[in-house]
Amino acid sequence: MIEARGIVKRFGDFTALDGVSVDVPTGSLTALLGPSGSGKSTLLRVVAGLEQPDAGEVSLDGEDVTRLPPQSRGVGFVFQHYAAFKHMTVWDNVAFGLTIRRRPRSEIKQRVTELLDLVQLSGLAKRYPAQLSGGQRQRMGLARALAVDPKVLLLDEPFGALDARVRKELRIWLRRLHDETHTTTVIVTHDQEEAMDVADRVVVMNAGRVEQTAPPRELYDHPANEFVMSFVGPVNRLGDTFIRPHDVELLLEPNGSTQEAMVQRLVHLGFEVRVELVRDDGETLSAQLTREQVETLELQHGQIVYVRPTHQTVFAD
Amino acid sequence: MIGKYALRLASLGYLAVLLVAPVGFVFWRTFEHGVGPAWDAVTTPDALHALKVTLILTAIAVPANTVFGVLCALAIVRHRYPGAGIVNAVVDLPLALSPVVAGVALLLLYGRGRWLGGHGIVFALPGMVLATIFVSLPFVVREVVPVLREIGTEQEQAAATLGASGFQTFLRVTWPAIRWATAYGVVLTTARALGEFGAVSVVSGRLVGQTESLTLYIQDRYVSFDTTGAYAAAVVLALLAMVTLILMTRLKPKEGTQ
Amino acid sequence: MAANAGTVPAAPGARRSLAPGLSIGLSTLYLSLIVLLPLAALSWRAHGWGAVSTPQAVAALRLTLGLSVAVALVNAVFGTAIAWTLVRDRFVGQGFVNALVDLPFALPTIVAGLTLLALYGPKSPVGINAAFTRWGLLLALLFVTLPFVVRTVQPVLFELDREMEDAAASLGAGRVTTFLRIILPSILPAILSGVALAFARAVGEFGAVVLISGNLPFKTEVVSVYVLGRLESNDSGGAAAASVVILLISFGVLLAIGGLRRWVTRHDR
Repeated sequence: MIEARGIVKRFGDFTALDGVSVDVPTGSLTALLGPSGSGKSTLLRVVAGLEQPDAGEVSLDGEDVTRLPPQSRGVGFVFQHYAAFKHMTVWDNVAFGLTIRRRPRSEIKQRVTELLDLVQLSGLAKRYPAQLSGGQRQRMGLARALAVDPKVLLLDEPFGALDARVRKELRIWLRRLHDETHTTTVIVTHDQEEAMDVADRVVVMNAGRVEQTAPPRELYDHPANEFVMSFVGPVNRLGDTFIRPHDVELLLEPNGSTQEAMVQRLVHLGFEVRVELVRDDGETLSAQLTREQVETLELQHGQIVYVRPTHQTVFAD
Repeated sequence: MIGKYALRLASLGYLAVLLVAPVGFVFWRTFEHGVGPAWDAVTTPDALHALKVTLILTAIAVPANTVFGVLCALAIVRHRYPGAGIVNAVVDLPLALSPVVAGVALLLLYGRGRWLGGHGIVFALPGMVLATIFVSLPFVVREVVPVLREIGTEQEQAAATLGASGFQTFLRVTWPAIRWATAYGVVLTTARALGEFGAVSVVSGRLVGQTESLTLYIQDRYVSFDTTGAYAAAVVLALLAMVTLILMTRLKPKEGTQ
Repeated sequence: MAANAGTVPAAPGARRSLAPGLSIGLSTLYLSLIVLLPLAALSWRAHGWGAVSTPQAVAALRLTLGLSVAVALVNAVFGTAIAWTLVRDRFVGQGFVNALVDLPFALPTIVAGLTLLALYGPKSPVGINAAFTRWGLLLALLFVTLPFVVRTVQPVLFELDREMEDAAASLGAGRVTTFLRIILPSILPAILSGVALAFARAVGEFGAVVLISGNLPFKTEVVSVYVLGRLESNDSGGAAAASVVILLISFGVLLAIGGLRRWVTRHDR
C-alpha cells in the first residue's frame, strides 16, 4: 500500500505537484496518466525517494518513508531510458542489487537465472546493454528492479522510448507478469490506451493535481470533468455538451432533435469508418460508424446528413 | 586538385619546419658520436639528481591532482552549491596563466616572512611540489567533467533504488564510466609535471644538486656551454614526451580523423 | 547532445552520491591553498606600480602583446589548414601526423626552446640564426601554441554536416564561395576560441623563449622574463605588479572564451 498525502513539489517557479494525495492498494496495478508536465513522473520519483517533496508525506505499507533515501525504501524503479549499467553484462545488471547486499553466490545465481527466464533473456546473459534492442534492455531493467523483491514496483514511462509494436507486446507481457507476481505496481504513462489496457486503476493527473481516480471503464463512462473526458478518448464538443464519436448517430431524414451537417471526409480504418462532418455554423465533429452502417447509408462526400447524439455529457461547472 | 596538394604541402611543411626538424636535429646531435657520450652526460651525479627531483615532483603532483580532479569534477557537475561558478572558473586559470606568475604568487604566499611562510617551503622541494601541482591542476578535472555530464544521473539513480550506498554507487557505476577520461587526464598531468619549468624555476632557488629538476638542469647546462649535457637531458625528456604522446593517442576519445 | 550545453541541473538523487560535503569541501580547500590564496597574496603584494610603467616594462609588455597577436594570426591560418588536412585529406602517415600535433603539449617547453636553438641558433646547420632576435621569439611561441587551434577546429570540422556543402554546390556555389559562406561561419567560433587560448599561452610563455630570446631589455625581453628580472633585483612588489597585469590579461581571455562558448550554444540550437 502506497499512501501519498498532500505532496507539494516546486522546481523554481514551476509547481510540479500542487498538494497531491494518492492511495495505491497492495497488489494493484495503478497507472498515473496525464499529459507531459502534469506531474506524474515527479510523483513517482517522490514515492521512490529520487525527489524530496517540499511538503507532504509518503508512506509504504504504513511506514512513513518521507525522509528515507531511495536505498532504504525497498522500491524497484524502471526508467524510461533504461538506465542500464553500460559497462556490465545483462547478468551483472540483474545481479547488481543482490551483489550490493552481499547475498551468497548460490542464491544470486539461482535468483538471476530465474529472473532472466521470466523476462526471456536467458540466452543473452553475457551480452552488454549496447548489444540489446530497446525492448530487451527494458526487460532487463525490469528484471533488475525485481531482483531485490521490492515492496512496490515503479515504472516511469517504461515503454515510452520503444516503437508501437514492441510497446503493445511489452504491456501485455507486463500485465501477465503482474498477474503472476502481484507486486504492487505503479506505471506512469501519457498514453491513455496503454493506461486503460494495462491498469486496474487509473489516476488522471493534470497541472500538478489529480483530476480523477477510477477503474478504466468507469473513467471512460463517467469522467469527472471535461479534462478527463477529452484525455481518455476522442470527443466532440457542441456548445456545452460532449459527445463521443461512437455515440453519434447519422440519419438521412431530419427528425425533431437532429442537426444538419455535411459529410466532409470518410476515413476508412479497417472495420470502422470515421466520418468527418461540418455543420452550417462551421463547427466540425466526427462520428464513428461501422463499415456496414456506412454502406447502408450510402454515405458520400458532400452529402447532407442529420446528426443525433445517442449519449451526451454535460458537466456542471 | 592542385589546391588540395598545395594545402597538404603547406600544412605538412609547417609542421616539418617547426616541429620535426628541430626535434629530430637534437636527437641527431645527441647521438652523432654514438650512445656512449650521451649516456655519460645523463649519468653524472647532478643529472641523476635532477632526474630524481623531477620524478619526485611528478610522483606527488600527479596522484594529488588525480584525487582532487575527480572530487572537483563531481562537485562541479553533481552538486549545486554557492561558489560552484567560481570553482569552475578558477580551475581553468592555471591553463591560461603564465607559470612565472604562478611561481611569483606561491613565492609571495609561502616565502620566508610571508603570510603562510616558513622555512623550508620556498627554495626547497615543498615549494617546487606546490608549483608543479599548480600548473598541472586542471587536466583531470577538464577531462572528467564532460564525461560526467554526458553519462547523466540515471544510472546513479538506478543504483540508489537498488540499494547501493553513495560510495558503492561511485565505485561500481560512476567510476567505471569515468576511468578512461581520468586516465587521459593523468597522462596530460604527468606530461605537464615532468616538463614544468617557469613556476619551478621561480620557487626553486636553483641550487645545483639540491633543488634542480631536469628542466632546470637543461637550462643550467646550456648556459654553461655544456651543450652535450643539455641535449642529452633534453632527449631524456623528449623520450618521456613521446611515451606520453603514444599513451594520449591510445586513450584519446575517438574524434578528428576517421 | 543537450547534456553538454551549459550546466545540467544536479539531480536530487545525486545529493547522496559520494558525500557531497567531502567532494565540495576538499576540492574547495585544495583549490584555495594551491591557486586562490597565492593569487590573493600576489594582488596584495602588488605595490610599486611604477615598476609596470617604466620604459623597460612598457617595452616588454608591448613586445609580448605584439608577438601574441602575430602568433594568434599565424595559428588561425595554419592551425585551420592543418585541421583541414587531418580531417578532409587522406594520405599515408596521417595518424602519425595527427599524433605529432600534440607534441608541443607533451614536450617540456625548455626542450622546445633548446631544439629550436639547435637548428635555428648560432650553430645552425641550415645557416639561419634567429637567436636573440624577435624572429626567434616568434618561432618559439609558434612551436608551443601549435596544437590549440588544430585541436579546437578539428572536431568541429569533423562533425560538420557535409550535406550543407553539397547543398551549396547544388545551388551553384563554387569551392571558394562554399568555404567562405558555409564552412567558415560554422568553424569560426572554434577558430576564435583556439586563437584565444594560443594568445593567452603566448602572453605567459617563459620556458620556450628564455634561451632563444637572450632577454635583451627593449629588444627581446618579454613580460614573463621581465617579472623574473624584477624578482632577481629583489623588487618583489614590482614583480607582483607586473604579474597582476599578466593575470588580468589571462582572466580577460578566459572570460572571452567563456562568453564565446555561451554565445555558440545559444546560436547553435
